[in-house]
Amino acid sequence: MLAIFATSSKSCAKGIERVMKILVPVKRVVDANVKIRVKPDHSGVDLANVKMTMNPFDEISVEEAIRFKEAGKAKEVVVVSIGPGKSEETLRSALAMGADRAILIETEEQLEPLAVAKILKGIASTEKPDLIIVGKQAIDDDCNQTGQMLSALLGWAQATFASKIEVEADRAKITREVDGGLQTVELRLPAVVTSDLRLNEPRYASLPSIMKAKKKPIEKKTSAEFGIDISPRLTILKTEEPESRKAGVRVQSTVELLDKLKSEARVI
Amino acid sequence: MAILLLAEHDGVALSEQTARATSAAQKIGGDIHVLVAGGGVSGIAGAAAKLAGVAKVLMADDPSLKNQLSEPLAVLMISLAGNYDTIIAPATATAKSVMPRVAALLDVAQVSEIIEVVSSDTFKRPIYAGNAIQTVQTRDAKRVLTVRAASFPAAEFTNSAPVEIVAAPADPGLSTFVSAALATNIGRPDLTAAKIVVSGGRALGSAEKFKDVILPVAEKLGAAVGASRAAVDSGYAPNDWQVGQTGKIVAPDLYIACGISGAIQHLAGMKDSKIIVAINKDPDAPIFQVADYGLVADLFEVLPEFADALP
Repeated sequence: MLAIFATSSKSCAKGIERVMKILVPVKRVVDANVKIRVKPDHSGVDLANVKMTMNPFDEISVEEAIRFKEAGKAKEVVVVSIGPGKSEETLRSALAMGADRAILIETEEQLEPLAVAKILKGIASTEKPDLIIVGKQAIDDDCNQTGQMLSALLGWAQATFASKIEVEADRAKITREVDGGLQTVELRLPAVVTSDLRLNEPRYASLPSIMKAKKKPIEKKTSAEFGIDISPRLTILKTEEPESRKAGVRVQSTVELLDKLKSEARVI
Repeated sequence: MAILLLAEHDGVALSEQTARATSAAQKIGGDIHVLVAGGGVSGIAGAAAKLAGVAKVLMADDPSLKNQLSEPLAVLMISLAGNYDTIIAPATATAKSVMPRVAALLDVAQVSEIIEVVSSDTFKRPIYAGNAIQTVQTRDAKRVLTVRAASFPAAEFTNSAPVEIVAAPADPGLSTFVSAALATNIGRPDLTAAKIVVSGGRALGSAEKFKDVILPVAEKLGAAVGASRAAVDSGYAPNDWQVGQTGKIVAPDLYIACGISGAIQHLAGMKDSKIIVAINKDPDAPIFQVADYGLVADLFEVLPEFADALP
């Protein structure tokens, strides 16, 4: 409370400059370095005793929000996670990085992006953030949908794949990584931005901040409180291993390589 | 009912990814209507009308659609959606941005990056960077799908479908285009459509060396140029050259990985290539496990030799 009061008084001194409240959703996912295994009965991916961590793109989003706060352009960074009880660990990591407070929507169900977007819309309507920074995709389901869906449901502007975010007054200028290179767009706030890899390099939380994060508040809610239909729209019929590729042959020289490509593979 | 297919283009030409998404749409079945949205796109609409299997092209030609920003594009697609039970697009940056908006506004799920059409409502898609393949069935009244273009053959340009003009609804005015820094690949084939891709990794060491060593080989082969995430992060190559889970997904006839170790997320972007060549100094680099031809050598020696030996 005190901290919030202190920063908002600073914002008064800055005059008309917008001091944002930023909301960042974070997802607990399998660590990017883990080689996942498909269950033998094809019912899904085996997540027992697998190292879990914050979705890397969400980590980038949290970092970006904190940098806005450190630059005096944000007054509060709120992180939210929708998932199993253990998502509290993910929220603690975000708090240790520097987020101010957290909201946990506990559910044991695997929610689809549309359901997640609907719950986030509910949170946005009470929290009233100026900016929501969402990771462009979660590295488990690789859907790349939640931010765009949330933006559509809120009727807000969106910019996906951000590699740079600049905020001036009620506008945000976003540089986006698109297929042909880079595109810069200007959004009217409030807006939803999805973060790409090169937006920043997330910090490691220091030991004192990890200790401090233990005392930061995590508000717990259930998905039922939002009174929305979160039932799945998709039925997962099967999860399989991809067709594996076998290693081929080693060649000894450039000449041999060229010869193989010409006469054996016939690709050049 | 019919299928609405959002055409991918850069304002100048129709992307080959549209032709590939068309063959995915053909497998689903139903009349295919291709939507070409943009500013000054009559030529592109004409090209789309030639796509085999297309019943009709819808052209929304309006300055507000020139930069294909997601908000006005979604409004346009929603205005048309009533006539379709499937809305589909190749998984490009534009479609990845707009399709979930369309799905949310229709209150339906989206199935992202399908790699196989099992039936009209059942699809295969990769999860965990392609380390597992999920078969999913949608239960929604409308299906919103993005297509991993590399997984489907391109439909041929043998048709002459009619082009119908559709009106662009008012731009919601939520975002505006400021500028673009595009076309770093000028004069070379599109990375996602190229028959040959030459990719460089961190081992290149600098943007200059990347240019000096990778580009001559690519030019001689008429190949597109790709890069690993490490090379892009280090500033050796621009972001739109990145191949991988979060970059571009490619499946050329020949993929030449130079100085790329083969991280999971890179393999996710190229392991469906027909022939993979790996050139790396490290004999234990994981890239060799997926390579048809591996050469353990210094790429700074091999690549100039390679370029010299090519006609």
